[in-house]
Amino acid sequence: MFLIKYIKEVFGAIRSLLVGMRLTGYYFTHHKEIITEQYPDNRDTLKLADRFKGEVVMPHDEKNEHRCTGCTACELACPNGTIKVVTKFDITPEGKKKKAIDKLVYHLELCTMCNLCIVACPSDAIVMAPTFEHSVFDRSALTKILNKPDSKIMEGVE
Amino acid sequence: MWSLTDITGRLDQWLNQTFSSTWVLVIEMLIAGVAVIGLFAALGLVLVLMERRVAAWIQIRLGPNRVGPFGLLQSLADTLKLLVKEGMTPSGADKFLFNFAPYIAMMVAMLLMAPIAFAKNFQLWDLNIGVLYISAISSIMVISILMAGWASNNKYSLMGAMRSGAQIVSYELSAGLSVLTIVVFSGSLNVTDIINSQADGWWIFKGHLPAWISFVIFIIAVTAETNRAPFDLAEAESELTAGFHTEYSGMKFALFFLAEYINVFIVCALGAILFLGGWMPFHIGHWEAFNHVMDYVPSSIWFFGKTFFLIFLIMWFRWTFPRLRIDQLLNLEWKYLLPISMFNILLATAIAILGWHF
Repeated sequence: MFLIKYIKEVFGAIRSLLVGMRLTGYYFTHHKEIITEQYPDNRDTLKLADRFKGEVVMPHDEKNEHRCTGCTACELACPNGTIKVVTKFDITPEGKKKKAIDKLVYHLELCTMCNLCIVACPSDAIVMAPTFEHSVFDRSALTKILNKPDSKIMEGVE
Repeated sequence: MWSLTDITGRLDQWLNQTFSSTWVLVIEMLIAGVAVIGLFAALGLVLVLMERRVAAWIQIRLGPNRVGPFGLLQSLADTLKLLVKEGMTPSGADKFLFNFAPYIAMMVAMLLMAPIAFAKNFQLWDLNIGVLYISAISSIMVISILMAGWASNNKYSLMGAMRSGAQIVSYELSAGLSVLTIVVFSGSLNVTDIINSQADGWWIFKGHLPAWISFVIFIIAVTAETNRAPFDLAEAESELTAGFHTEYSGMKFALFFLAEYINVFIVCALGAILFLGGWMPFHIGHWEAFNHVMDYVPSSIWFFGKTFFLIFLIMWFRWTFPRLRIDQLLNLEWKYLLPISMFNILLATAIAILGWHF
């Protein structure tokens, strides 16, 4: 019957609303666990997710060596011209010329953290770092050179 | 004893001895005006902070905790920010209506303050149709919202204002009918009479079934009337940026913001007066000893306690339920709340005639 269905609907609706209010009421009265990060206070212990994409960096090992061959795959993959690879030619001990990077220029202000350069890199030379405090007073500080000065390519990376 | 009644009585006496009766009237009106504005400011600060804290705790967050001890000065800092901000008027707007609308919102909120009894014998204006006066004045609120939406010359503002018009006009009905239930029980529209009729128990206990139904309907309807979530279609941040006050900034925005909280306070005060006995302490029938113990708590504390309990209730379901769509909103009113409250008023009348309430 219509009326019975109507009354059932009203009571069902009130019940479901009370279920929701019970949950939020539980959260209100059990004020212990906080799901938000108290950011500037917990800067030292802040743990970001592994997949967090903050900026592109080039990891160097303790001998100041990186894995970049200067193939410019990242430069080609970048949709908005964030990366510029400046190459030079090294002379190997055998007297041959070998292509290597002089500078890997990275424009953080243009980067959209799309991850395409990291995917494109054949030798895993660049990764996304979980940093996010990028504010600076001068825009030119956002143009970074990713390889450290006097760094060399790692042995065995072609 | 130091009670609000005492203080006002003594002040009145002293003024009458010192000045002529015309001046006494002028001075008392000025004092009342300043007191109302002071109460507005205090309520605005307290309620905004309370809202943010309740919201944060319900969402397992901390809420404002940086400005002052425990973040208590947060709303003061926000007010200061709004005061020094520029109040822009868009170039395409109707300047007069645009600047006038926030003041109407504020005026309505101020007028609503008049018949509220804050404590025993402490009331600005004890008029004999107090409840009717409140429901009549509160519907003027829609004019300020429509005015703001129309004058802004912005499609979102206009849509928000139109939605708000449809919403307030429809929810006025069930709010009025649920108020009428208590009027039927107490047999008076006068706020003082309604409160005095609850001396042997509040209407929510004495009126049993019809009072409970009308209490629930009242809370739902006034939430819709004050444009708060889950009925905040007039603002609807996610769809209409900020609805009717999209174009407002600075102090003009603050007036709308303040008027919303004042309205929440007033409807909750009205709910407390009608269903929970206003300033009347918790009395049970003729248990003289128990009633005397309860009388030791000052009446203003009873009033504000009940009002803030209702405000908390409204905040609680603001932060629990998602916003309704406009068709769901009107369905709820015209297909559910209105038929139920019409049936309820029949039930209440029958119970009042047969004397079945306690």
